[in-house]
Amino acid sequence: MEKTWNNKAWFMVLPVLLLVAFSAVIPLMTVVNYSVQDTFGNNVFFWAGTEWFEELLHSQRFYDALVRNLIFSAVILAIEVPLGIGIALAMPRKGWAVPVCLVTMALPLLIPWNVVGTIWQVFGRVDIGLLGHTLAAMGVNYNYVQDPFAAWITVVVMDVWHWTSLVVLLCYAGLVSIPEAFYQAARIDGASRWSVFRYIQLPKMHRVLLIAVLLRFMDSFMIYTEPFVVTGGGPGNTTTFMSIDLVKMAIGQFDLGPAAAMSLVYFLIVLLMCWVFYTVMTNYGQEKD
Amino acid sequence: MARINLDHIAHSYNPDPKSEADFALREVHQTWEDGSAYALLGPSGCGKTTLLNIISGLMTPSHGQVLFDGRDVTSLATEARNIAQVFQFPVIYDTMTVRENLAFPLRNRRVPEADIKKRVAETLEMLDLTAKADRKARGLTADEKQKISLGRGLVRSDVNAILFDEPLTVIDPHMKWVLRSQLKQLHRRFGFTMVYVTHDQTEALTFADKVVVMYGGEVVQVGTPEELFEKPRHTFVGYFIGSPGMNVLPCALEDGGAVIAGHRLPLEGRYRPLPGKVEAGIRPEFVLLTDDASGLPIQVRSVLDVGRYRVVRGTLGGHDLNAVVPEGMPIPAEPRALFEPGKLNIYHNSHLVEAEG
Repeated sequence: MEKTWNNKAWFMVLPVLLLVAFSAVIPLMTVVNYSVQDTFGNNVFFWAGTEWFEELLHSQRFYDALVRNLIFSAVILAIEVPLGIGIALAMPRKGWAVPVCLVTMALPLLIPWNVVGTIWQVFGRVDIGLLGHTLAAMGVNYNYVQDPFAAWITVVVMDVWHWTSLVVLLCYAGLVSIPEAFYQAARIDGASRWSVFRYIQLPKMHRVLLIAVLLRFMDSFMIYTEPFVVTGGGPGNTTTFMSIDLVKMAIGQFDLGPAAAMSLVYFLIVLLMCWVFYTVMTNYGQEKD
Repeated sequence: MARINLDHIAHSYNPDPKSEADFALREVHQTWEDGSAYALLGPSGCGKTTLLNIISGLMTPSHGQVLFDGRDVTSLATEARNIAQVFQFPVIYDTMTVRENLAFPLRNRRVPEADIKKRVAETLEMLDLTAKADRKARGLTADEKQKISLGRGLVRSDVNAILFDEPLTVIDPHMKWVLRSQLKQLHRRFGFTMVYVTHDQTEALTFADKVVVMYGGEVVQVGTPEELFEKPRHTFVGYFIGSPGMNVLPCALEDGGAVIAGHRLPLEGRYRPLPGKVEAGIRPEFVLLTDDASGLPIQVRSVLDVGRYRVVRGTLGGHDLNAVVPEGMPIPAEPRALFEPGKLNIYHNSHLVEAEG
């Protein structure tokens, strides 16, 4: 069939184009623009080329923050994914307890980041916080303001508390979609509890788990508000993640050029990691087809 | 393979059943012979899946016992009963290949690897799946997946019975025939005891040696397809089996004859006096339309041409009466209905009454 060409159709795309331009392309290009220039204020810019990028890639401060971020994301995924699956498996499938569990699970997700931070900041304080004071009374040396380990524990526990529910809800959605017949067939086949999990439940949760891992990775890799509120990146620089470092650089020191370069590198790392996760998880189990 | 005894089985979801209505499955007392194929036929919600799940052990009946070859298995779990079950929707293990799927029940039972290999190869052969043995089960068509579900039962040498719960629901119509005849063939070759739940009478009648018709949680008749057609023991069976179903007309018995819509018809045999609701049942296939004055006058409402024959939908004295008219036979302008002698069944409170002598 002959296709009708009508270039007026391009006008239909225009609104989306404008929207994307203002929401993504122009801001990103501004950052690119900053990253290759230097400025001493008064809107006077000097061409800097790849100088900021070179500086960044040779900066120990950047690598330290990157490593902290990677460790943090790995710890978060290692805790939240198994824990989320476990809780989802333990949740009831029918009866009055279902809505109760679902609402309870959803509650932490509804709390804004900085509120979560504030809650834990107060909760963990040795002088007035319920947790901090109780631990201190029990003789446990817990002080997130001075002890890097305690600070890390606080930030990790806070994130687990805040976001495990997301993994739970996604996994639960995957689990309830499995028809009863699968479990009955497994019983007839004499499958063990582990086999049921390994060959029925896990494959059926595969897609939602992919989403859960991606979301949790991206979110944890970009973590900013909670550690900023609780530890402010300290003690020392021990909880200074890349986003915190970036804000320090851009707004604290007003080094716009290096900050822009770092933003771009940061963005590319997130993009690359997501691509890797996505590719690995979608291809998993399909190579033998 | 085993003989299955259902010894006064009944099931109620209510822990303290008071009346008949509290039972999802009313008392069933039956023996299912080793190596036979049975179909459980009935409308949705009649208790046939409940009965099947009781046999497979997915449910424990609230009353009665299940015996396999005389051994009480009522309290045994599914996995200990050695039965196989094929469900309405194909159940396969997505991440495994066809071969691994078939080996799965054997691996779980710690069968030696060499035996597994042999049994799986035989089963693949049996089901015509050898060519696809190393494909992922996920990518196969619905009928192939259903064959895998069946294969996971066949692969076990110790299977007492194979149960089917409406296994052809999601299969394309043209594949239904193929799969059903394959099942039939497997049954003839290997003599498995098979129980097949369906609400499709064609499936039941073509598959089974004996059809168990269920209605409202009760077994209303067990019989060969011919018996169900010729002598339905309950008006429901007459209505449910056959297309269209049996005509059921209110009637009165009067010394040696039945009075239907004011006309007296002679009956073969004598009936004792029956108080209460009495009905006469006649298959549309045994209703003859003529212009003979001896027939009962009927009003024709519509005629459906079904290809090989026509179905005449009419009324007799205000009651529906269908007749099947073979191809090429004219329908009279003022038709009268004659009933083929000996094909009229008498029902008392919906149950068949046999003539005395």
